[in-house]
Amino acid sequence: MYALSSILVLFAFWLLLSGYFTVFLMTAGAASAIGVVLLARRMELVDHEGHPIRLSWRVFTYWPWLFKEIAKSAWDVSRIIINPRLPISPTLVRARTSQKSTVGVVTYANSITLTPGTISVEVRRGEILVHALTREGADSLLEGEMDRQVTRFEGLS
Amino acid sequence: MSVLIDIASWVCLVAGGIFCVIGTVGLLRMPDFYTRMHAASVTDTLGAGLMLIGLVLQAGPTLVAVKLLIIGLLIFFTSPTATHALAKAGLTRGVKPLLAEDRSQPSKR
Repeated sequence: MYALSSILVLFAFWLLLSGYFTVFLMTAGAASAIGVVLLARRMELVDHEGHPIRLSWRVFTYWPWLFKEIAKSAWDVSRIIINPRLPISPTLVRARTSQKSTVGVVTYANSITLTPGTISVEVRRGEILVHALTREGADSLLEGEMDRQVTRFEGLS
Repeated sequence: MSVLIDIASWVCLVAGGIFCVIGTVGLLRMPDFYTRMHAASVTDTLGAGLMLIGLVLQAGPTLVAVKLLIIGLLIFFTSPTATHALAKAGLTRGVKPLLAEDRSQPSKR
């Protein structure tokens, strides 16, 4: 199951990057996709962490929300930078994580870091140490909206 | 129609450039290691993102546009990973963050 979809995704990736549509080269591309998956299988990388297909369709509801958040907070950080008084109040907080799988926690930590104004510094059991540029940024993170969105994205509960 | 796409694409490119400059200015103005990284993340989210959107609009529905989107995806996954690695390395090596408020009490330090 994971192997099959890995092969398909790799082949599609190869096709889009190469842009060759002759029979011989497409066969070669398919063969290399299968070869890569076979090698990955020997390395025991073909599993739900290496290729989380379970998440794939929810990406289309989570990413737009994430992009909106990134744009909003990037705008806020830009205004802080341009402000001559540089109104920052760096804060360290610990954000709770309610995700069940490692993929979910990684998604949450990466989303925090990707949003300008907050960086996940250290991931511990059940919580993430976050460095926020402003007190307001830390507070809005602690409201837990992103945590809920990621947990919904994870879709285990 | 192509004029409209051109305008939209140039608006994106110029706005992306402006955000890159803002991120760089922030990198220079911020007082310490961690706050500087916040400024840098403006550059690689909005700055790079808007520029890529502008370039995709210029490329039109071709394989080049797909490649640009894949570059965007690459940045989207690697930049938070690198930022996190940098922050964690800094903290582990004892770079103390300049803090207005510390709410991380029951930690190891």
